[in-house]
This record gives sequence, structure tokens and C-alpha cells, in this order.
Amino acid sequence: MGQYYQTESVIHKLDPRVKLVATICFIISLFVVDSWVGYVVAAVFLAVMIKLSKVPFRFMVKGMKAIVMILMITVVFNLFLTPGEPLVTFWKLTITKEGLRIAVMMAVRLSFLIVGSSLMTLTTTPNSLTDGMEKLMNPLKYVKVPVHEVAMMMSIALRFIPILLEETDKIMKAQIARGADFESGNLIKKAKAMVPLLVPLFISAFRRANDLAMAMEARCYRGGEHRTKMKPLQYHAADRIAYLVLLVYFSGCVALRIYL
Amino acid sequence: MGIIKTDKLTFEYIRRDEEGNVEGINRAVDEVDLDVKQGEFIAILGHNGSGKSTLAKHINAILYPTEGTVWVDGMDTQDEKHLWDVRREAGMVFQNPDNQIIGQVVEEDVGFGPENMGVPTKEIWERVEESLKAVGMYEYRKHSPNKLSGGQKQRVSIAGVIAMHPKCIILDEPTAMLDPNGRKEVIRAVRALNDVEGITVVLITHYMEEIIHADMVCVMDQGQIAMEGTPREIFSRVEELQELRLDVPQVTLLAYELKQRGVNLPDGILTIEELVAALTGLKGA
Amino acid sequence: MSLILDHVNYSYGDDTALSVHALKDVSLVIPDGQFIGLIGHTGSGKSTLVQHLNGLLKPTSGAIYYNGEDIHDPDFDKKKLRSKVGLVFQYPEHQLFEIDVFKDVCFGPKNLGLSQKETELRAYAALKQVGIADEYFYQSPFDLSGGQKRRVAIAGVLAMKPEILVLDEPTAGLDPRGRDEILDQIAKLKEETGITVILVSHSMEDVAKYVERIIVMNRGSVLYDDTPREVFQHYQELEQVGLAAPQVTYIMQALAKKGMKVNTTATTITEAVEEILKAL
Repeated sequence: MGQYYQTESVIHKLDPRVKLVATICFIISLFVVDSWVGYVVAAVFLAVMIKLSKVPFRFMVKGMKAIVMILMITVVFNLFLTPGEPLVTFWKLTITKEGLRIAVMMAVRLSFLIVGSSLMTLTTTPNSLTDGMEKLMNPLKYVKVPVHEVAMMMSIALRFIPILLEETDKIMKAQIARGADFESGNLIKKAKAMVPLLVPLFISAFRRANDLAMAMEARCYRGGEHRTKMKPLQYHAADRIAYLVLLVYFSGCVALRIYL
Repeated sequence: MGIIKTDKLTFEYIRRDEEGNVEGINRAVDEVDLDVKQGEFIAILGHNGSGKSTLAKHINAILYPTEGTVWVDGMDTQDEKHLWDVRREAGMVFQNPDNQIIGQVVEEDVGFGPENMGVPTKEIWERVEESLKAVGMYEYRKHSPNKLSGGQKQRVSIAGVIAMHPKCIILDEPTAMLDPNGRKEVIRAVRALNDVEGITVVLITHYMEEIIHADMVCVMDQGQIAMEGTPREIFSRVEELQELRLDVPQVTLLAYELKQRGVNLPDGILTIEELVAALTGLKGA
Repeated sequence: MSLILDHVNYSYGDDTALSVHALKDVSLVIPDGQFIGLIGHTGSGKSTLVQHLNGLLKPTSGAIYYNGEDIHDPDFDKKKLRSKVGLVFQYPEHQLFEIDVFKDVCFGPKNLGLSQKETELRAYAALKQVGIADEYFYQSPFDLSGGQKRRVAIAGVLAMKPEILVLDEPTAGLDPRGRDEILDQIAKLKEETGITVILVSHSMEDVAKYVERIIVMNRGSVLYDDTPREVFQHYQELEQVGLAAPQVTYIMQALAKKGMKVNTTATTITEAVEEILKAL
């Protein structure tokens, strides 16, 4: 999925909760509709959102590359393994009319799903995504889900991933300078070669965790209780309109399913 | 009573061998008496393992004394009901700039402390702005900390502490991992805090040139305060410093060597200007 | 056994708009047995430069020759080069991983495919060279003090018997005592074995005492390459690029300006004392 793309747009400015809910609704809608008209509606909806986001389309497609294999496998399986009215037969393989229909549908659903969720990650910073999730999941607190803690862990992870990646690179180079070989050999040999990389990396991660915990305590951190927010999430007019648009779209999809 | 006071502060920890048997007891801090007045700039010197960092962690109630007492603004740090007040009044900046920044954006990190204290949103923004301006990092408020230099990261950490409106700030070797430019940036910011905002500063370091502007210097060795006095007093005791394996600024060392060779110079020369003036004075006389 | 850098350029991030030209037309000759200080502030390209010396990074253009052979020639044995040019990274103690000190130092020579006996002999010799006493050999490296850990990590590179030893800021984060111990140890090692040592640092004062040649890097280019005495004469230019000459240089310059007849090229305290006494 795409990394945050910095620009000014209506979509960028929306509350992260709206975008999260919209993404979930959009994914559900893809499985609700089962007619071509429905897919056209979904495609139009997605296209308008992409246009509004001002993110170049090629960034959406970037996310597709990762799932191209899964997409191919799904299509191939559906194409050949669905029983029904034969369309083309060659050698031992038969493509049925139903198979073709399901394969195309699956391909469309999957690509829409990826592009749709990429749109969310491209227009929302990881930070406000975590904030949005924390706020959305807040009711779960009453069933003893540590919502604040999970959100805090996620944002710390996001902060430290680049640091640890850099560290991995450094340790790797240091061990190569000591003659380590991370490339050649069979699988077992390669796994063994990782020890000089992983041990220092874990030690460093623990040391950092320890330091960070101390620094957080020194700055009066004591969990989610009593905390105020520097950037509290607040719905604005645009967010309400967005929810309305979403509602119209989603009921449209449901109506199509029922009446068409 | 001063803002920070310790009475016979002692901290011991138990050393264990691989099987977990007690090998011995280490006294990291040994009966230290300290009294820091509001608005002072105190430097604590000493090499690694001298107990200076352990001492610092007591002031912020990260560690508790084995024996003796620590008071911050009259509050005993071991008194549980004052724990968060102690931590708010005595802010702490650590050595590694990467491991103390929590936010993914500079301004969010500075807001972290006030958020924890339950400060209202509007006031958090005011505090973040004034703190970032105080350390000269306001223009970087929207940046990711990962893209900053070491000195800039430490200044963000300092801003994060100031935003909590502490009465004193303890800096535990804030410059040890920085290059010379970063070191200068950080020390400049710290001095400004002390001069302009009147915040009490306890600076722990092993760089001698950073303590020249302190009101008082304590040199620690083996958990005890080995030397105590103004920078000038400390620097006039070159032999003792060398025995403790601490650096002496080149200008002080040069003056000392010249004196040893019979040149009539005053004790504890701290700056190039002082030395040059003294030498040219001799020449003229 | 010389190392020659011939018009080396290096840039990264070429495919993005943020392309950085980290090295610009760097040409250097590193002959046998020199003690060199490589100075520059953070981001000057000095760390990028040292990673070129053992082939970890490949120049975008230009070439590097080790004993007359192009190190990026497909037939060139890079693994051998890495044993001949020993590179000690910043905070090298972060690369320790074995269960005891001795095993960790054995890692390098073992990777060279040496026999068990030769490996152990080398590890032993390397640990002795950095002044680690026998009693620490079978301790976990993580139980040692900061300075000791660092020396063990340096021994890990020394055990590969390099002809050129490159140390990237070996004193970073150490206290004055740890710093002096490490630098004295390196100077002693240099004295005893005659290997080439390249000391990367941003402290002129640390380096001035030990090295015979200083290479100053600024914005990816070599700014000065000369004896410490000559380089420090440019103290004003050094300041402009965020570096500083040792305090002694400033003192001598200030005294000269006030009309005292001192030789301004003194770089150490001992030299300065003699000069001032002469002038008084």
C-alpha cells in the first residue's frame, strides 16, 4: 500500500475516521454489488475520489504490483475451475461462461480493493491513521481492549521502523567488513549467516525500548488516563458531507443488489 | 532549602553472577550531599562509571535512594503522592537523541509531556510554540525527527521538557553522541534557558569546555564528590583533574605548563583572551 | 600495498529528485605505513569515503586501485580486499554478537576460511594488541565496560590482519579516559606493526597529537590534504566549513597578532610551551 503523498486536497483534509469508515464501506460495497451496473457505480465513485485527492494515478497502481501474483492465481483458478456452460475448450482445460464471469469479477473486486485502500494510506499520515483508529475503537475499551496502548504501540513502531532499518544496514555492512557473507550458500547456510545480524539488532532494539520507556516516564507518561490531546479529532462540515455522500453511495449499492 | 537537595544520598545495586548468586554490592553513589539553588547552573563532571548518571536519575525519581533522601522543591522523591509533581518540576534530557523522541513530527513530540499532564489543547499549542522558539527549532515544527541532525534532535528533546514548565532541567550527557557543532548548539540552548528563562540547570558531561559558564562544578569519582567549586577554582587544580583522568582545556593546560616552567601567570585561566592578556602583560612589564 | 582513489564520484538516490552527490572527484593516494587523520563534519562525505576503501560502496564514476588492481574488476577478490582493508565502523560494539569475547573475535578470521588453530592464534594476538586481559576472554562481550567492548570490536577487525586499518570515529561517546586509552592503543599498534591507519574524526585536537597527515573533507570534496602543521594554518577557512583548529593554534595566532615573536605553526602543548618561553 502506498506511502503518504503530501499535497493539499479535500480528501487529505478529511478526518481520518471518515476515511477509515469510507474505506471499510467501500470494500463491503464491492462484495455487496453483483451486477455490472454496480461495478460501474463503484468505479465512478472510486474515480471521483481519486480525482479529488489530487494524487497521481500511478501511485495507486504502485500498490497493485505487490498483489499481481495473487490476482493472477485467483483469476486462473476461477477461470478454469468453475463448472458451467463450456465456452472454449483446449487440451484438457475448459473455460466456462460462469468461470469467465467470476474471474473478471474477482479481478475487478481485488484491484478496486487495493486501489481504494491505497487511496486512504496515500492521503492520511500514519499518525492520524493511528489517532483515527484509537478514536473509532474507543468503545472497545469497555470490553477491556487496551485501545490506547495499542495505538501508542503502533505510533512508536512507526517512529522506530526507519531507525531500525538504518541500523540493520549499518550492522550488515559492519559484518560484511568482517568477512560475513549474506548472499551465497543454501537456505540453512543463509539462515545461519543471519545470526551476526539479528543478535545485535535485537540487543539494540531492546536497549532503545528501555531508553524510550525511561524517557516517556520522565515526561510523566502514565497511560491513557488523564491525558489530553494536542490534536483532538473533530468533525467539520466537510466530514459530515462526506458521511452523507458515503451513505448515498452505500445505500445505492444495496438498492442495486436488491432491485436489479 | 534549595530546589534540589540531597542528604547522604546513597545508591547500591547488587551484582550477581551467572547463576544469580550475589557477587557483591556496588555503591554507585556514596553519601552525596548536594544543594542546588533556584536559577543556578550546576555542572557535574566525571568519567563513565563515576556515578554521575545514577545521581541524575534520582532527581527525576527514576531511581530511589538506598539510603538518604532527595528533595525536589521540598518534595521527597520517595513520596508516592508527589511522584508526578517531581517529574514535572525536574525535567530530564538523556544522552541518545534517537531514543527519547516519541512523536513522528517535531511539534507532536514537544506536546507529548503536556498531553500526559492533562494540559488543555489550546494551552498545549501555546506551550509547544514557546518551547520550540526557546531552543530555536520553531521553523522545524512540521519536520520528521528522523530528518534532523543530532544537535537539532537534542534541542527538540529540550523543548519537550520545557513545555512541561519545569523548575529545573537535568541533562544527562546530552552532547556525548554529537559532533562539535551539535554540541555547541545544545550548550547554547541550555545557557539561554538558564539566563533568559531562569530555569535551574544540572548539566552532566565529560566535556570540560561545556562547564566554563557554570555557577558551580562538582567532580564525581567513585560515587563521591571529589571536587567542588567554581569553574575557575576547579580548573586551577590541574594535577587533580589529570589524576581523575579528566580533560583540561588546552589553554588552561598551556598556562599550567608555562607556570611550571617559571612563568608568572594567575591560576585557573579559562579563555584564550585571558592567557593572551596575561602573557602580553608579562612581556610589557 | 597502496590504495589509490582516482577521480571517485559517488551519488545516491539517483532515480529520485533528491539525488545527493556525496563524493565529488576525490583523488587520493594512501601509501604504506602512514598515520592519517580524515576530518570533516557530519555530512561532509567522510563516512561515505571510507566505505569505498573496502568496496562496500561502488563509485558512480572513477576507480579505486589496490596494489594496482581495480577493486571493481569482476575478477578481483573482494573478500580478500575486505580482510586487507579493515574497516571499524562507528560504535563498533553494536556489532558484537557471540557468547564470549574470544568467539566474537574469531568471527572475522573464520570467515576468511582459516584453520581453527590459525583463527584462534590470530584472535589471541588481536585481543592482546588492544590490551584485553586473558580473564575477559570467556566473558560475554555484553558484560564489559563501554571502552572494553569497543576494543574487543576493534580486535575483531584486527584479527583479519589488515594492512590498512580504518577507524570511523573510534572515540565517539567515550569519556576522556576511554578516548585516550583507545587512541594510545591505536598509536602503539601502529608503532609495533607498521600498518597504515586512517583515523576518521571530527576533532582536530584528538587527531593532531597522533597523525602525520590530515585530509579535510568538505561537501564531498577534499579541501586540504597535508601535514597537520600546514592544515591548521588555514584555521580561518576551517572555521568557515564548521571545523576548528586546536585551541593551541588560536593561542599562537592571537599572541603573534599582539606582537609576540612566536612560531604560529606549533600544534601541540609541548611545542607551544617552548615557543612561548623562547619569545618571553
